[in-house]
Amino acid sequence: MTDAPMFEMRGIAKAFPGVQALSDVSFAARSGEVHALVGENGAGKSTLMRILSGVYKPDAGGMTLDGRPFAPSHPLEARSAGIAVIWQEFSLLPDRTVAENLHLGREPVRGWRLDRRAMREGARAALAVFGEGHGIAPELPVRDLSVAQQQMVEIARALAYGARVLVMDEPTAALDEAECERLFTVVDGLRARGTAVVYITHRMGEIARLATRVTVLKDGRVSAALSHVPPAGEVIAAMVGRDLGQFFPPPAAPGEIGPPVLSVRHAGNAQLRGISFDLRAGEITGFAGIQGAGRTALAMALFGVDPFTVGEVTLSGVFARFASPREAVRAGLVLLPGHRKAQGLMLMQSVRDNGLVSPRAFAPLAGNPSRPPAVDTTGIEELFRALDLRAGDLDAPVRTLSGGNQQKVIVARWLAMTPRVLVFVEPTRGIDVNAKASIYTIMRDLARRGSAVMVVSSDLPEVMGVSDRILVMREGRLVGETARGASEAEVMALATGHAEEVAV
Amino acid sequence: MTDAALPRPRRLSRLLRVNPIWLVLLILIGAIVALNPDFTEPQGYMNFLRRAAPLCILAAGQVFVLTSGGFDLSVGSTITLTVVGASMLLYNNEAATWWVILAMLGAGGVIGLVNGLVVALLRVPSLIATLGTMITVSGIGLMWSGGAPRGYLTDGFRAAGRFMWRDVPVIGLLPAALLVLIGGGAVLWWLMHGTNYGRLLHAVGDNPEAARLAGVPVARVRVLAFVVSSLSAVVAGILLGGFSGVSLDVGTGYELQAITAAVLGGTQLLGGRGAVGAALGGALTLTAIFTLLNFLGLPQPVREVVQGLILISAVALAVCRRDA
Repeated sequence: MTDAPMFEMRGIAKAFPGVQALSDVSFAARSGEVHALVGENGAGKSTLMRILSGVYKPDAGGMTLDGRPFAPSHPLEARSAGIAVIWQEFSLLPDRTVAENLHLGREPVRGWRLDRRAMREGARAALAVFGEGHGIAPELPVRDLSVAQQQMVEIARALAYGARVLVMDEPTAALDEAECERLFTVVDGLRARGTAVVYITHRMGEIARLATRVTVLKDGRVSAALSHVPPAGEVIAAMVGRDLGQFFPPPAAPGEIGPPVLSVRHAGNAQLRGISFDLRAGEITGFAGIQGAGRTALAMALFGVDPFTVGEVTLSGVFARFASPREAVRAGLVLLPGHRKAQGLMLMQSVRDNGLVSPRAFAPLAGNPSRPPAVDTTGIEELFRALDLRAGDLDAPVRTLSGGNQQKVIVARWLAMTPRVLVFVEPTRGIDVNAKASIYTIMRDLARRGSAVMVVSSDLPEVMGVSDRILVMREGRLVGETARGASEAEVMALATGHAEEVAV
Repeated sequence: MTDAALPRPRRLSRLLRVNPIWLVLLILIGAIVALNPDFTEPQGYMNFLRRAAPLCILAAGQVFVLTSGGFDLSVGSTITLTVVGASMLLYNNEAATWWVILAMLGAGGVIGLVNGLVVALLRVPSLIATLGTMITVSGIGLMWSGGAPRGYLTDGFRAAGRFMWRDVPVIGLLPAALLVLIGGGAVLWWLMHGTNYGRLLHAVGDNPEAARLAGVPVARVRVLAFVVSSLSAVVAGILLGGFSGVSLDVGTGYELQAITAAVLGGTQLLGGRGAVGAALGGALTLTAIFTLLNFLGLPQPVREVVQGLILISAVALAVCRRDA
């Protein structure tokens, strides 16, 4: 290990419309070290790595590679300079063989024909970095490999292209325990070869196992840069603690929380196991967890999108294991989807039509569309007004509205159906701060009027601020519950599985 | 505040929003009249409307499938099946007219149901699914008739497409086909623009995933669109039977004419936007173009080249309009 960094990023800043993704971030890695990069979702880790790998250009700051200025204008330029990123979505061609994938774009030829034998030999050589027994045959199509094996092919390809800096984005997210162990060995091997590894993770245990240095990002800034690996509690403390207090309406008073409305017992499906909890009238229940912990899967299971296959769900005592969203809505359980444009809105249709779609879906097909029974007495306009929807023309396409107002259109659609349970998935993704505050107020009002409200969000401060009670998920299970007022560190510790380390 | 748009600018913008297809149609009619002054006589324009009626109904039905985000290529062979099947069933028996019409509508309903179920439940892309039905249905027509349709269409059956009342006050002539067109057009217009179904169809065509998550019965809405399209094809077939002979290629090419007409009227390919009135305008325009080419003495192949070019430019124009 030498002391001079292999690459160095200094004072990096990057803004996207409406957000300052990074400000004054410095980051570096030396040959033969594993530098862990941690932070909550949206802290700026991926943006930073996209700048390093030439996908984005920074607004300010500069980079050096081997001490020389480095400003890639294209990902290919970064790659040929020796920087490789293994994203969570692999870039392999699933129907091509391992050998073909390893030689993509630089296939060996003899005359004008593909040299299959050289390709196989090359693939064997590239895979030799993993030692014996990796079980990856060069002539297998990538589709037939396990996720862990595909990841190894990605790594082998990066090394074969001459990568000296290898960025790994949550590489263990989809691996089981044995596969993780194998990956750790691979990372150890990379370190020994002198590769500079940047390791992005949420899991404290992996940092302790692998990292030589840790940098924590929070809201686009470096909140800790440590040249040793501190106890998990210290890392978590640096990750959390954003102050958003003034945006959140006050919690439910003790008398406001009623009896359970929705009860889930021992429910599960392919992604969820042993889920049991209650949602109570008048209460906002938040669901926290790291990416892939099953929060969204749980919401989708309740709503009948990816239904539970086992267990018991009741809504006011009646069977409620819904097989489709339509059944759920009919019974009084509604969901605001996390991807507003892909899942929530009909973008070409008018604001009014988007608000009326659900009332119409449950009215006779031949009925008059301007007054479906669900909004016969109030009218959708009244609901829009109650939510303070700002729209110049209700007959204009809904895509002309701001994100916050679009979200209100979906809320209005559901209010028309007088739901008993409302599930909000990522309710404020991509909307500005003021609109966030008004969405939180709407959620609190709904609870106060007797609905059970469930919030699923990857924004931990949001879940903490808006909920009366927080259930924490990890690996498809509920692993704990904290009351309002618990620290973010406590929740994070549960979510990452390192409760014991912070318990002090 | 939200609803308080002033009446005057709204009316003005409505006027500006009038579909350009009507202007195009007006210009074409002007050209036809210039070439053939007889067109202003009832005999001229009523004949034009009578000939346009089948395509109008067909295009108005196709709009339902297009709005849902699909295509229905099976309507041409449904037309053929209607004409051939009716001639086989009628076998010169005038008394059979009504039940044969009902039987043909029933057959159309079944074809639409099959199309819809294959697309909505088996998730076969509609282009492929209806291409399959197109081949299957024309095969059925071929098998049934043994390659050479026997029998004739009775006069009663042909009346819908052919009959004209004479000496009607004010307008002079009144083709029965025009009444069918007005009646059928009104029903389709109401279904698209005056019911929950029409709005849900737009929602499904715009974003099927969002519609499903909003509780819309997506499969039911889609299947119904195919049934509407097939039924309109049967009606178009009955009208066409009025002035064409009984042959195995009566309906050939009508599927693409219907799609061209709908797109000319501004229907969004891939779903989410479609208007019955505009599709009628598109069908009249397409018929006017064919009439004009006829007057100019251009042969059939030219007509097909022109139709192809119109289809491509109409879609290109629609894409431009959407992106603007």
